[in-house]
Amino acid sequence: MSKNLIEVENLSIGYYNKGGKLVHVLKNVSLSIKPGETLGLVGESGCGKSTLGQAMMGYLRLGSQVMEGSILFSGKDMFGLSTRDLESIRGNKIALIPQNAGEALTPTMRVGKQIIETLELKTNVSGAATKNRMIELLGQVRLPHPEVMAERYPHELSGGQQQRVVVAMALAGQPDMLVLDEPTTGLDVTTQAHILELLRDIVAELGTAMMYISHDLGVIARVSDRVALMYAGEIVEDASAAEIFKSPAHPYARGLLASIPRLELAGIPNSMPGQPPIPGSLPGCSFTPRCPFATEICSSEPPELKMILQTPHLVRCHNWEKVVATDFSQELKDVYHIVEHKAQDVSAIELSDVEITYHQPNMIDRLRRTPEPPATVSDITLDIKRGETLALVGESGSGKSTIVRTISGLLPAKSGVIQFENCDLTVNVDKRTMDLCKKVQLIFQNPDASLNPRHTVAEIIDQPLKLYFPKMTRDERRARQIELLERVRLDGRYRLRYPGQMSGGEKQRVAIARAFAAEPDVVLCDEVTSALDVSVQAAVLDLLADLQQERNTTYIFIAHDLAVVRAIADRVAVLYQGRLCEVGTVDEIYSPPYHPYTETLMGAVLVPDPDTEPKLLASDTPELAPPAKGCAFQRRCPKFINDLCDEVTPPWQYPQDEDGHKIRCHIPINELLVV
Amino acid sequence: MTVTTQAVEELSPVKRRTPLADTWENLRRSWGGMIGLTLIVFHVLLALSSPYIVPQDPQLMDAPARNEAPSTEHLFGTDKLGRDMFSRSLVGGRVALVVTMLGTALAMTWGGLTGILLGFLGGKTDEYVMRVVDALLAIPWLLVLLLIISILGTNPWVQTLTFGFTYGYTAIRVARAATLDYVTHEFVLAARARGERKRTIVLKELLPNVLDVLLVDGAMTWSWMLLGFSSLSFLGFGVTPPTPDWGFMIAKNREILAIQPWAVFGPAIMLSTLIIGINLFSDALAKALGLDRSQGAPV
Amino acid sequence: MIVLIARRFILALITLLLISIIIFLGVEALPGDAADAYLGQSATPESLRALREEFGLDTPAHQRYLNWLGDMLKGDLGDSMARRKPVSEVIGNQFRNTVVLAAAAAIVGIPLAIVLGVFAGLTRDKWPDILVSLVAILGMTLPGFVTATVLIYVFSIRLEWFPAIAMVPTDAPVIEILPNIFLPIITLTFIMVAHILRLVRTNMIEVLVSNYVQMARLKGVPAMRIVFLHALPNAMLPSINVIALTLAWLLGGVAIIETVFNYPGIGKLLINAIGDRDLALVQGIAIILAGIYIGVNLIADLLALVLNPRLRTSRGH
Repeated sequence: MSKNLIEVENLSIGYYNKGGKLVHVLKNVSLSIKPGETLGLVGESGCGKSTLGQAMMGYLRLGSQVMEGSILFSGKDMFGLSTRDLESIRGNKIALIPQNAGEALTPTMRVGKQIIETLELKTNVSGAATKNRMIELLGQVRLPHPEVMAERYPHELSGGQQQRVVVAMALAGQPDMLVLDEPTTGLDVTTQAHILELLRDIVAELGTAMMYISHDLGVIARVSDRVALMYAGEIVEDASAAEIFKSPAHPYARGLLASIPRLELAGIPNSMPGQPPIPGSLPGCSFTPRCPFATEICSSEPPELKMILQTPHLVRCHNWEKVVATDFSQELKDVYHIVEHKAQDVSAIELSDVEITYHQPNMIDRLRRTPEPPATVSDITLDIKRGETLALVGESGSGKSTIVRTISGLLPAKSGVIQFENCDLTVNVDKRTMDLCKKVQLIFQNPDASLNPRHTVAEIIDQPLKLYFPKMTRDERRARQIELLERVRLDGRYRLRYPGQMSGGEKQRVAIARAFAAEPDVVLCDEVTSALDVSVQAAVLDLLADLQQERNTTYIFIAHDLAVVRAIADRVAVLYQGRLCEVGTVDEIYSPPYHPYTETLMGAVLVPDPDTEPKLLASDTPELAPPAKGCAFQRRCPKFINDLCDEVTPPWQYPQDEDGHKIRCHIPINELLVV
Repeated sequence: MTVTTQAVEELSPVKRRTPLADTWENLRRSWGGMIGLTLIVFHVLLALSSPYIVPQDPQLMDAPARNEAPSTEHLFGTDKLGRDMFSRSLVGGRVALVVTMLGTALAMTWGGLTGILLGFLGGKTDEYVMRVVDALLAIPWLLVLLLIISILGTNPWVQTLTFGFTYGYTAIRVARAATLDYVTHEFVLAARARGERKRTIVLKELLPNVLDVLLVDGAMTWSWMLLGFSSLSFLGFGVTPPTPDWGFMIAKNREILAIQPWAVFGPAIMLSTLIIGINLFSDALAKALGLDRSQGAPV
Repeated sequence: MIVLIARRFILALITLLLISIIIFLGVEALPGDAADAYLGQSATPESLRALREEFGLDTPAHQRYLNWLGDMLKGDLGDSMARRKPVSEVIGNQFRNTVVLAAAAAIVGIPLAIVLGVFAGLTRDKWPDILVSLVAILGMTLPGFVTATVLIYVFSIRLEWFPAIAMVPTDAPVIEILPNIFLPIITLTFIMVAHILRLVRTNMIEVLVSNYVQMARLKGVPAMRIVFLHALPNAMLPSINVIALTLAWLLGGVAIIETVFNYPGIGKLLINAIGDRDLALVQGIAIILAGIYIGVNLIADLLALVLNPRLRTSRGH
C-alpha cells in the first residue's frame, strides 16, 4: 500500500458564537487520500464538507479555529506552516476548483492572464513559453479557440467555460492533489456531464489525487474511487464507491440513497423526516432522532468510526450489524410508491400557438427597422387535462419558466391563445378577474425568495385568504391557517414564525400552503424542489402528490431534474430554446423513440450507481438565442442530417396515434428508435 | 425502513428572538452605537428642558461683563453683548432639533414612499421622474436651500417644509435603489401573480423590507439636515435673531475668536456632539440591521 | 460602445436642460426682480415700470426663459444688475479662484483618501482602521464652518502659521493666491478625504472577502500581489462614480468655506448675489455649478466605461 498523500486526523473545527458559546462545524474528522485516488465527500447542506475542503488547503474562515487534530499534507502540518510556506504549497502541490467559477475569477483580469499568473508563480516556465503553456492548458480543458478565449474577461464566458478556465488554472501548477468544491453545481446537466468526464480523463492521465465535494450522489458515484459520507460535521461512513452505493452500512446512507428519485424507477421515493442537529449538540449519535434503527445506547453514547468487514469500510454506528443484515437492493425497490393519478379527459388549460418574447424594440431599432429576433418562446401547443401533472423539461434557457410566468399573468404573450375555462390567459394579471387569479396559483423555486422575510407564516398564508375570501372573519381565517399548515404537515404553532426561523423544507411547505389557501384549480410549480436537500425533496414531492388528489388539481411542473420529473409527472413536454421537441406520457418519454435532444438529456443524467456511465451525445456549447429558422436544436444535434434541419421547421411525428406521443424531428421514427 | 410522511412533523428548534429584539441586541453590543444613542438622548432631553434649567437668562445682556473668559459664573464665558454663553449654548439647538427632526420624518415619508413606488412601477414613469430628481440633485444643495428660504422666509414651519422637501429627493433615490433589490424577488412576483393591488404590494410587501434601509438613511439624513440647517444659520439665513442658534452664534462670535474662543467653542461643541452622535448611531444601526456592506460580509 | 457614450451625452444634456428650467423658475420665484435690484432704494413705481419695460421683464415667463437659454448658448449670461457688469465678467476670476481651491484640495485629497481607505480596509477593525475611521467620521460630520474655525484658532491664532483669512485680490495670479489659502485647502481636503476614504474602505473590505480574492489566496498568490492586482482594481472601479458625486457635492458646499475665509470665490459670490437679489448672477452661477456637476459625473461615467471590462464589453441582452 502506498503512503497517504493527505491525512486528516481527528480534526475538530469550531467557532465561538456571539454568546461566547463554542459551535462545532467539524467534529473528530479523520480521513486520508492516497496519491492518484479520488475521494468523494458527500453530505447535505450545512454538514461541514466545504469547511473540510478549505481546511485541507490550510484555510479557515475568519473566526473559526482548529479545536483539535491536524491535517498532514505530504507529511507537513497544514496549520503549522508559515504564511510563506502555505503560499508556496497552494497552487503548487494542492489546488482548489471552487463551486462558482464565475465568482472565483478576478473580474478585471483576462482569463489567460490569470492562468499565466499561476504559471509564473508556481512553475519554472518563463518568458514566451508561459503563453504557449497557457494556450496548451486551455486546449487541454477542451475550450474551443483557446487563443481567443485567453483574451476574454470572465464575464464574457459561459458558466461551463468559466469552470473549464478554473480547471486549467488549477492544473497550471501541476499539483499532486485537487480539492473540488461542488464544481458542477448550478451548471446544466449536459455541461456537468462534460466537465466530469474531462476531470476523470485528466486525473487518469496526470495521476492527480482528488477530493471531490458534492451533495449530488449521482456526481459522486461517477467520479469517486472511494466515498466519505458526512452528517452533522462528522464522517459517518467511509468505503469504496461500490460498497457504499450497493450495500451502505449506515442508516443515514441508506435513507439518503432511498430518498433519491431514480430515472429508471417510476414513483416517489421515501423521505427522511427531521433535520440534522448542530454538530456536537447531541450526547449520543447525531442521527438518532431520525434513525429507524436507533436503540437506547444511540442517544447516550456517541459511536466510534470503526472498521467493519474485511474491506476497508468504516462506519460510525452502534447497530451497523442490524443495518447490513437487511438487503438494501430489495429495500430500494420497495420504497418507491407510485401515485394514483385521476387525470380526467377534460382540458384544464389549452395552449395553442403561444409565442412569448422579451424583446421590446426601442427607438433606434424602430428607426433602423432592425428585424425582430426570434421569439424566446414560440409555437407552443399543449393540452393539459384536469387533475394531471404536466412537466416542462429542458436546460436553462429552454423557456420553461417563461411559459409558466405567462400562464400566471406576469408576462403577456405576444400571440396565441391560452384557454382556461372560457377565459384567455395570455393577458397580464391586472386584466384578470379576482376569481381567475384565485384559480391559478404559482409556487416558486426558492422559498427564501418567495416568502416575504418580514411576514410571519400566519401573515403569509393570510394574504390569499384575505384577498380571495373577503367574507371570512378573522377567526375563520385563523382556523383556516392552522388547517392549511396541518395539510402541509406543519404544526399549527409555526404560524408565529418568520421564514428566517425555519428550514428550507419547512419554508417550501409554507409556500405550498399559501398556494393551496386559494383553493386553486391549477398550480404552477417552478422548480419547487431544486433548492432543497434530497432527503427533504422526497417529502415535498409526496406532499404535492397528496394535495393534488384532494381536489383533483392540475399541476404544471417545471424541473430540470429528469428523475424528479419521472417521480411526479403524468406527461412530459421537452423544450429546447423555447420550442417543443417532444410531448408524451412519462413512459413514452423515458423510452425510445427519443427526440435527439431528449436522448442527449437522458444520456447526461448521472445516476447514483458507480457502474453506469453517462452518454455524451451533443456538445455542451451554450446557445443564447434560438435560431431564426429550421429546427431549434440544429446547432447541437448529434443526429443532424443536412440543410433540411437548418432551413425547415421539423414536422410533428406520431409513433402511435395523433393524440399521444409526438416528436418534432426530420428523422423518421424508426431511426429514432435506434438508441 | 418505513417512514410515515403523513404525520405532522415536530416543531424544529428555533431561536426565539424577534427581528426587532435581534437588532437591539446587536446595537447594544456596539459601543459606537451606545455613545451615539446617549448623545442623541442627551440632546433631546436638553432641548425639552433647557429653558427651565439654564443657569442664566440666555438673552440677558450684562454690559459690564462683555467678552469674559470662562469662569465659575459663566462656564463658557460671555459674548460681546455680555450674554452667558453656557446658557445660550444649551438652548441654541432647540429650533434646529425640532425643525430637522420633523423635516427628516417628512423627507423620509414622502421621499421613501415615492422611491418605493417608482422602483415598483419602473418603466417610463420611473424614467421621467428620476430624470427630474437627477436634475434637482445636480443643483448645489446650498443654493436650493438658499433659494427656497429666500422665497418663503425663515419661519420654522416653513423651514421644516423646505428641509423636508429638499432632503426628500435624496431619499427617493435611496428608497428606489433598495426597492429595485426586492422587486425581482419572488415574493413580489407572488403577490403580483396573486392579483394583489399595487397599494398592497407597496405598503405590505415592499415597505417592510425597505424600512431598514430607510431607517439608516433617515439617521444619515437627519445629520445632513442639521449640517444644512446650521450652515444656513451660519450664513445668516436661519433662525431670526435674537433666538439663540448654534450656527448663528458661531458666525457672530468668530469676531472675538482670538479673545474669547469659548464663545465659539461652546456652541460648536454642542452642535458637533449632536451630529457626531447621530452619525455614530446611524453607523451602528446599519451594522445592527446587517446593511453595512463592509460589515455584512462573512468574517 | 459608441452608442453607450452617445446615450450618456444625450442624457447629460437633457438633465442640464431640466436644471436650467428649474433654476429659472426658482430664481423667478424670488421676491423682487432685476428692476428692484437695479434701482435699489431709489425706486419709484414709475421708474420701476419703465425699467421693466426696458429689460423686457413684462414679457411672459416662458418667453424670457427661451431668451435666457438662447443667450446662454451664445455664451451670454446676461447682466448683473446690482454690479452693473455682464455676469460673465463678474464671475470670471472668482470662478477661477474656486477652481484653484478645489483643484488643490482634490490633488492632495484624492490620492491621500485612496491610500488611507485601502490601508483602513486592509487593517479592518484593528487600531489603524479604527483611528482612520474615527477621523473620517469627524471630517464627514463636522460642519465645514466648525472645522474651519477650529483650524483658524489653532493654526493662525495660536500657532500663527497661516493667515486666518484669504484676503487676496480677486484677480491675483495663482502663485500669489496659494500661500494665502493653506487653511481653506486643508479644510476642504479634510472633508473630501473623509468622504472618499470611507467609500474606498467599504469597497476594499467588500472585495477582500470576495470569492475571487479568496481564490487567489488559495491559489497561493502572495498577499501584496493580491492586494494590488486582484483587489485594488475591483475596489476602485465602483468608486469612480461615487468619488465624482462626492466631489461635485462638496463643490456645492464650498461657499461656506469661502465665506469663512473671506475668499473671493464663486460660492461666496453666489451667497452675496442671493442677498443682493442679483437674479442674473444667481442664475449664471447656478447653471455653471450644475454644469460642473453634470460634467464631472459624465467624465466619471465615461472613465468607468473605459476602465471597467464588464461595462465595456457587456453584451447587452
